[in-house]
Amino acid sequence: MRRRDMIRLSAGTAAAALAAPAIVRAAPAPIRIGVLAPLTGVVAAGGKEMVQDFSWFWALHGNRAGARKVELLVEDDGSNPDTALAKARQLVEQSHVDMLVGDLLANTGLAVANYVKGTGTPYFIPIVAADNLTQRDRIPNVVRVAGYSASQTTHPFGAWAAQQGYKKIATISQDYTFGYEQCGGLAQTFTAAGGKITAQFWNPLNTADFSPYLGQLANAGVDAIFAMQTGADATRFIEQYASFGLKGKIPLLGSMNFTDQSVIRTMGPEVEGIVSAAQFAEGSANPTTQAYAAAHVKKFGTLPSLYGFAMYSAAMWIDEALPKIGDTVGNPKKLLAAVESTTLVGSPLGYPVTLDAYGNPIYTIFIRKVVKNPQGKWWNVPIHSYPHVSQFWTYNLAQYLKQPSYSRSFQGIAKT
Amino acid sequence: MARLPAFLAGAAALVALPWVLPDYQLSLAVQVLVFALLGMSVDLLAGYAGRTSLGHGAIFGTATYVSLYCSATLHLSPWIGLLLGVAAAVLVALVFAALAVRTGGVYFLLLTLALGMVVWGVCLRWSSVTGGENGLRGGARPALIASGPALYWLVLAATVATAAGAWRLVRSPFGLALRGIRDSGLRMQSLGYGTTALLIAGFAGSGLIAGIGGGLYGMFNEFASPSTVALSTSVAGLLIAIIGGVGTLFGSFVGAGVLVILQNVVSEYTDRWQSVMGLMFIGLMIFAPTGLIGQLRRLRPRAAARKPLS
Repeated sequence: MRRRDMIRLSAGTAAAALAAPAIVRAAPAPIRIGVLAPLTGVVAAGGKEMVQDFSWFWALHGNRAGARKVELLVEDDGSNPDTALAKARQLVEQSHVDMLVGDLLANTGLAVANYVKGTGTPYFIPIVAADNLTQRDRIPNVVRVAGYSASQTTHPFGAWAAQQGYKKIATISQDYTFGYEQCGGLAQTFTAAGGKITAQFWNPLNTADFSPYLGQLANAGVDAIFAMQTGADATRFIEQYASFGLKGKIPLLGSMNFTDQSVIRTMGPEVEGIVSAAQFAEGSANPTTQAYAAAHVKKFGTLPSLYGFAMYSAAMWIDEALPKIGDTVGNPKKLLAAVESTTLVGSPLGYPVTLDAYGNPIYTIFIRKVVKNPQGKWWNVPIHSYPHVSQFWTYNLAQYLKQPSYSRSFQGIAKT
Repeated sequence: MARLPAFLAGAAALVALPWVLPDYQLSLAVQVLVFALLGMSVDLLAGYAGRTSLGHGAIFGTATYVSLYCSATLHLSPWIGLLLGVAAAVLVALVFAALAVRTGGVYFLLLTLALGMVVWGVCLRWSSVTGGENGLRGGARPALIASGPALYWLVLAATVATAAGAWRLVRSPFGLALRGIRDSGLRMQSLGYGTTALLIAGFAGSGLIAGIGGGLYGMFNEFASPSTVALSTSVAGLLIAIIGGVGTLFGSFVGAGVLVILQNVVSEYTDRWQSVMGLMFIGLMIFAPTGLIGQLRRLRPRAAARKPLS
């Protein structure tokens, strides 16, 4: 008897759960933002920072945009494209959000982008960096609000490396799109300026032991090594680079996430002096950036990471765009037009940020070096800057779009 | 034939679902049907041939990948993509079968697990074809079933037809022979049955069901990634079969329903839905080890026997 009751009970619970009505709307209708972030899975640490900084912005503004309330519906994409897709579907079709923001990994972003192509829901990607989303495969309602494309920061980095007098560089990158594109950007501009890429290695995500690669890198006879690693891979690579005795012998150049706060804040002297390129440097002397970083330290006890910075700026971007459209937030076309025409004035970067015609922001790209700040924490300080860098660098737009996207087999390396 | 009216009412309710359910819940219903096929394909082998597979996610996902490759990359009609996807799934199932049917028990489980991982590895690393980590996207849904209800009806029709076929199969002499192998392979051999050929055929039939599910999943999701062929999908298939009841065939619908509801509805209320699932699964194993449908079947005769007394 008891068992049967239990089955009945669970069946009843299931039916009740299915029949649960959509959340009742309050008047005046709040703005509903669906936030997708990897709260579990391989990049969960980054995902938590995304949600934390995005929510922080709205909390600072009373969870309001103008007269209307802002409701955040946070869903875990599980670092998995299938889950991301299911959650996006749920947020759009069930929760009727006005827009989607977020995702971290390119594969989750691409899956959601493909879905919103059909629904027309505005989808803002401050972190998903896959070049083609704002280049060859542009989807009009997918906009890189406060985001960046993968090769945008490494194009100037390659040119900078050539200027330092480096003649030969070997690269080691994670074996997926973000790795191909970040590495390709550097390889293309570095070889165009006369440099040589002597060897390229591709390590699988979550490489525990870099020693096979480090042995070859050490003997490659190069002037510098470029490493594109994220998360735990970055931590391990930096540690092993130092323990192999390569630190100080061969200059180490890194991708934007390589020396991100999320990596270096827990590390020791092995991170010192690594040079990387990004649109944001928490150690920039700009007073607006410093005020933002100080507020972040006060609130969370940590310096802002790229993920946090991007999501915070995205929230600000949405906040600045919303007054333009008044009560018509429910109209995706108007919302997109407002966001695209917005110049972000309050950016923590301290200068106004605009989007190019393909929905990707134009930034000053910093070449940054890891040093200790007065409080004894590691941070990235700009040592050089390239103003007004778009995702197309100095290339002719039409020509650039004709070249294939960066991949393992195409790294834009100039033929000699 | 008193069950006929009930059956017809149930069928009518299923067909009428799009008029009752909003879009999102309808998409959940599509997922339930698709995953029920995956569970059923596992159940066909586990419940009737006594061979528990942990590689069916790979077979299912192969169909998803091939159908998307045909429609998104080769720009073939999605219908042809679906057919080729199912064919590819059967082919993969045949390869699996050829390597795995000589074993049984835990060795069969491990072999299918390993073969599934091979498929996953291929999908992850052969990025020029599979898109690597990014997967394949787009254009897998024909215009005819572009709307939610139309897609639902197609999936419903395909699922019902497949389930009917599977039901017929397990009650055919072939199905009985499979059950014979499950109970005693040696005796079946001594009776003159070619057990290897029978198991390979059974595996192929199971692959066909998984392939239909996977192909439809491609049409629904318009997206395939390594996680579609990953171990987690195989585990989901096995969980569905176990929750519903191994050897009940239609228990998969219940199992898929429970799993999809947990994943999509319970997760709205708590981030710990996986813990809820784990606890529920433990409870199920203790109180209803034969699965929900299996347990119902066990209870029914008792209830019937009690009736005259009251």
